[in-house]
Amino acid sequence: MDDRFKSKLRILADAAKYDASCASSGAPRRSAGAKGLGSTTGAGICHAYTPDGRCISLLKILLTNYCLFDCAYCINRRSSNVERARFSVEEVVTLTVEFYKRNYIEGLFLSSGIIRSPDYTMEQLTLVAKKLRRDHEFAGYIHLKTIPEASPWLIEHAGLWADRLSINVELPDEASLQRLAPEKDGASIKSAMGQMGERIAEARAERRRFSPAGQSTQMIVGADTTTDEGVLRTSASLYERYALRRVYYSAFSPIPHASAALPAKSPPLQRENRLYQADWLLRYYGFTVEEIAAGGDSGMLDLDIDPKLAWALKNRDRFPVDVNAAARELLLRVPGLGKRAVDKIVAARRHTRLRTSDVARVSAGLKRALPFLITADHRPTRLLDRSKLRQELVTHETQLSLFA
Amino acid sequence: MRRNSACLHDMQRVALQSGADHAGFRQAARALIAQGISPDRVVWDADEATSLFGRCEVPDGPPFALSRRAISLTKLVVCHRAAEKYALLYTLIWRLLHGERHLLDVYSDPLVHNLEMKRKGIRRDLHKMHAFVRFRRLELDTGAERFVAWFEPDHYILEEAADFFVDRFRALTWSILTPIGSLHWDRSRLSLGPAARREDAPSHDAFEGGWRAYYESTFNPARLNTGMMRAHMPKRYWRNMPETSAISSLVQSAASRVTVMCEQEAAMPRKRNPAKALAGMKAEPETLSALNAIIAQSEPLVPGATRAVLGEGPLGAAIAFVGEQPGDVEDQEGRPFVGPAGQLLERAMHEAGIERKSCFLTNAVKHFKFEQRGKRRIHQKPTAGEVKHYRWWLDRELALVRPRLIVALGSTAVLALKGASVPILRSRGPADFNGRPGFITVHPSYLLRLPSESERTHAFKNFVTDLHAARDLTLRC
Repeated sequence: MDDRFKSKLRILADAAKYDASCASSGAPRRSAGAKGLGSTTGAGICHAYTPDGRCISLLKILLTNYCLFDCAYCINRRSSNVERARFSVEEVVTLTVEFYKRNYIEGLFLSSGIIRSPDYTMEQLTLVAKKLRRDHEFAGYIHLKTIPEASPWLIEHAGLWADRLSINVELPDEASLQRLAPEKDGASIKSAMGQMGERIAEARAERRRFSPAGQSTQMIVGADTTTDEGVLRTSASLYERYALRRVYYSAFSPIPHASAALPAKSPPLQRENRLYQADWLLRYYGFTVEEIAAGGDSGMLDLDIDPKLAWALKNRDRFPVDVNAAARELLLRVPGLGKRAVDKIVAARRHTRLRTSDVARVSAGLKRALPFLITADHRPTRLLDRSKLRQELVTHETQLSLFA
Repeated sequence: MRRNSACLHDMQRVALQSGADHAGFRQAARALIAQGISPDRVVWDADEATSLFGRCEVPDGPPFALSRRAISLTKLVVCHRAAEKYALLYTLIWRLLHGERHLLDVYSDPLVHNLEMKRKGIRRDLHKMHAFVRFRRLELDTGAERFVAWFEPDHYILEEAADFFVDRFRALTWSILTPIGSLHWDRSRLSLGPAARREDAPSHDAFEGGWRAYYESTFNPARLNTGMMRAHMPKRYWRNMPETSAISSLVQSAASRVTVMCEQEAAMPRKRNPAKALAGMKAEPETLSALNAIIAQSEPLVPGATRAVLGEGPLGAAIAFVGEQPGDVEDQEGRPFVGPAGQLLERAMHEAGIERKSCFLTNAVKHFKFEQRGKRRIHQKPTAGEVKHYRWWLDRELALVRPRLIVALGSTAVLALKGASVPILRSRGPADFNGRPGFITVHPSYLLRLPSESERTHAFKNFVTDLHAARDLTLRC
């Protein structure tokens, strides 16, 4: 790789890194044909981790970081003085194939600044995917960031080549979007998501290939004043209306060449973490936004403890539950017991009565669970009334994070 | 137990090969179970040194049935590095066959837990091998390329890991060298080779500089979290991953980079405001010719068609006819309804007192899809997905033409206009196309396909009657 190519790669990787999504999961299992390159395993693979603890699964780059839009939170906005570069379609294809052959990546996550017009930009993105699939019989993962302002037929075309499409809602509410991203329009973002959601559902019903890994989106957290409850409400409605696979939360991070519209400060990483936990509770644990929000204070989640524990501490009358008798849904509400642990408990208790030491073997979160759980040899009634319980559990968590 | 073998003292000694001796373990387990030897009376030796004393020849026993779960657990745990694995697995099998059929459901059981943890360790090792192997490219004298990697797994997982690499890199020639053996793929056959040394693999690759550049640039210093990185990518893997040489300087400079970012004053943009370019970005075409230009430019969904065949007729036409897709003649001439079916339509319109020039004629799908048979291009029906893909254009087209009535010719047109299929012969007549007044009738090509002359005459008469009715509707509205 010559130096010019490398320096473009540096600029265009740097420009893409604020997008949190990196998953390479959800695609149907595929393997390479006799002449083809690549496979998908269903679960996705993280090929490396950078010192920020985030994984590298896909080659995440922009086609170009020139952009006509002026979104205050974005390093690539037109008023930013960041260095600009542009890849040719062929260059992105080469980079993807050569990285893939060396087992550096699972595939490509391609996005772009808006140049010339949304349609032109979208066509270029699709062209990369099409060339990879057609000219190289590339069977690896392709995620295309969709330009919501582009024409619907172009968005539809993209779905024929990509494993996943995504459109970023960017900010949890319309007013913030208008203030911080003047060229973007909440209505066109939603309508493009709706259109993709429809196509994906149809294609699945008809067993056609169209963005088989569904669609996802990203919301920036901390760039505006929306509360956690507001963020989660937006997520819940996105999951429900557009059948999204994932909502990614991205703590607003200081960027070089920042806009005066946003204060430069450290990203609220703990807040981002709690939002992900809450998101999980929404999708897999049967919690509602109201319940999660009630665990916190004036619409914000408790940063010291996870949202499930926060909810449990405020609903102590619902506990303890009996590990040997309680319904699955109730066990899912016990802090420290994850979905897998609950499944194992339900399977095991058909054959044996579980004691505390048994639960310890099934779940790593026993210490958090114990005040809320009855086992064959443990009954926590008095512990539940203790007012110092939160304090004790918080200390435990901080200790844990010290060793993490 | 008869004392007819030197081995059959109180304890039974079983020697297996070092590594993952799955076949040896299975054979031994069959023999031991057949003789009713309980786990506490077996000593497992998986060490080459002790196997020098001679392998104890236990007569083979009949196979026994295990659940699929138990078999796959065994297959994985056998790969484990720990010496106790065979004893644990044999205990599991013994208990499964002696009254504890559901043992694997009891995750809280210490043995099951222990085996589960081992299985998890193997899975993780496999996963890390799939993730962290780094190939380096060699160019052979013939000009062909070969990819070689050096990797150090924790457990004996080489064979278990192979399928993944074959599936993924089937068309490449590659080798993975490890201290416990090597894998070689020549694009058709997988072979296992002896253990290798790091020096046997190439020491550099032309793309590693670019990969490291990518690794450095995708790191966000404001989110430094080395604990998380090391939990997922333990240090012992680092020496075989070229990108990790960047870690220490990235970590050291992170704090100062963040300080600079936070303290930097927002600078005035150096670029001028591209107001003109922004104004030029139109979301949707606002005239029929603008829409047609877009349709004409875009390539067909299914490759083959010569061109997109655009709609034809005046804006504000009384009736818009929507067909299925252009045919062979239409594709060549670039006009809708000029082939045999189009001529038939024109004759029927004439009989119903409708002037072709006053109508708008178009198709649900804008490109001809066909199958080449010799010199002939045989029409192929568009799939539901294709119809829906083109629907957006049809919708815009009709919104711009604004006909008083839309006549859907055949099922494809109805699918495009209504978004759902309906039986044509039973639904013919007035219809509602998502708020637009419409009329359903057959496609003229249907008339051409009828076998007998009398049927054709009859159907044509009905078709003309339909068009009459449609015309009357437009007069009423």
